[in-house]
Amino acid sequence: MTTVTTGQAQQYAKPLPRATPDSEPYWQHLKEHRLHIQRCTGCGKFRMYPRPMCDQCYSFEHEWVPASGKGTIYSWGVVHQPVHPAWREEFPFAIVEVELEEGVRLRATMVDVPSEQLSIGMPVEIVYDDVTDEVTLPRFRRAL
Amino acid sequence: MTHPLRDKVAVVGIGETRYSKNSGVSDLTLQLQGFKLACDDAGLDPKKIDGIVAMTLGACSEDYMTNFGIPDVRFAARPEMGGASPVASLQLAAAVLDAGICNYVLTIVGRNQRSGQRLGGGMGVAPPQFKVVAEHEMPMGVFIPAQWYAPMARRHMHEYGTTFEQFAAVSVTQRYHASLNDNAMMRDLITVEDHHHSRWVVDPFRLLDCCLETDGVAAVILARADRAKDMRHPPVYVSGVAEGHPESPMSITQRKEMTVFGVTKAAPRAFAMAGVGPKDIDVAGLYDCFTFTVINQLEDIGFCGKGEGGPMVESGATRLGGSLPVNTHGGLLSQGHVQGMNHICEATRQLRGTAGASQVKDAEVALLSGYGDYGDGSVAILRR
Ligand SMILES: [Zn+2]
Ligand SMILES: [Zn+2]
Repeated sequence: MTTVTTGQAQQYAKPLPRATPDSEPYWQHLKEHRLHIQRCTGCGKFRMYPRPMCDQCYSFEHEWVPASGKGTIYSWGVVHQPVHPAWREEFPFAIVEVELEEGVRLRATMVDVPSEQLSIGMPVEIVYDDVTDEVTLPRFRRAL
Repeated sequence: MTHPLRDKVAVVGIGETRYSKNSGVSDLTLQLQGFKLACDDAGLDPKKIDGIVAMTLGACSEDYMTNFGIPDVRFAARPEMGGASPVASLQLAAAVLDAGICNYVLTIVGRNQRSGQRLGGGMGVAPPQFKVVAEHEMPMGVFIPAQWYAPMARRHMHEYGTTFEQFAAVSVTQRYHASLNDNAMMRDLITVEDHHHSRWVVDPFRLLDCCLETDGVAAVILARADRAKDMRHPPVYVSGVAEGHPESPMSITQRKEMTVFGVTKAAPRAFAMAGVGPKDIDVAGLYDCFTFTVINQLEDIGFCGKGEGGPMVESGATRLGGSLPVNTHGGLLSQGHVQGMNHICEATRQLRGTAGASQVKDAEVALLSGYGDYGDGSVAILRR
């Protein structure tokens, strides 16, 4: 598995995810460079983003199962205008929606593909970005 | 069986401040001015208002009670559907008025959105329906509606062949409508080329695909039909009204069909309540935070099939004189952004026959839509 580091712990100025008791294992796994997603142990349905119960069988029982980290681009947008000052040096950048092989989707950014080369259906795979000592964000790169 | 709420309540007053980049007054002053304008239009002493739906950042129903000395408000609420709230508030008003809980509901929205706190400046504490996005998407750089919806628009282009020319058609049409409106912020005519040359905000949205940011307030007063008959203006009846929430309402990403909005559920309910269909609509006010949103809602409401919204706007059908004039006041794109309360005011003028240069001849039935947050929808059908 690949790692990139876009943040430098001391001066990381972007918002960080605030984990909840329900999402904590998700972020903990990412920190260990593993993408795990929730699967209901009652009926087997995958769900995203992390939450307490299954909307299909109402079970609160679930397991965190390893995901392949592979998927395809479902859609994207290219941000051309600063909203948050911490991104001021990075415009333009693409926000991609990745559909994972397990069927759930993630909104993230790419590490290697210029936005002009993005296309719907493009195969991608996860990259782990240790933005601080505590937090790792999922990002994606073109899959070979 | 006729729906028990059909035509039971009516719009009896509308009020709009000037729409501008800088009102020169405080948020609260502007809000109180909007409240008073609607009461004046209805010919109603503000102290008579006994139901308030306030959905403006900063202002609460207590502000109006305090400043107007309103003695006895029996109902106050604040919907949380973003831009779908004003039209959804008509449903709330219809239900509480028909139940006899109160007599006059005033629903109001707006503030100094341009000269005061702007959207890009951070949203402070995220409202509860935004918490999933705050945790998982803000760290990626996703903060504002243009960023939330751009992937939807691209998906629509991918699935249905929707084009930039079709986005431009919405923008150009509404600017033409705004050119006829002396309370519109943007009145200079534009062309498809002007649209294409405007800068990118979030590709596939250019500047001329995006709504304005506006200092302004709009308000609407509703009353039961029996009272409405004796007021200053002829009543405009709420014939049908409904709200609809999309699949996966807290995150667009997890929706099976990304381009299917909550209006898909609301529209059939509103049509059934009113006993009319898309072909009966003379004029429409569709929520237009982005050009794409108009195209998508034409489809989701049933004015055309899925994927046919682009060709429909390109054909000129939505322009004054076309088969379904849309946003005859200029809308959020060119008149001003007060979350579509301005659309309700315009529909009321159209049905009163007082829409001036934008009047649709003999307009009898109008449709309104609201769209907000991650796809919340609302639809109302008004008739004279
Ligand atoms: Zn289950
Ligand atoms: Zn919502």
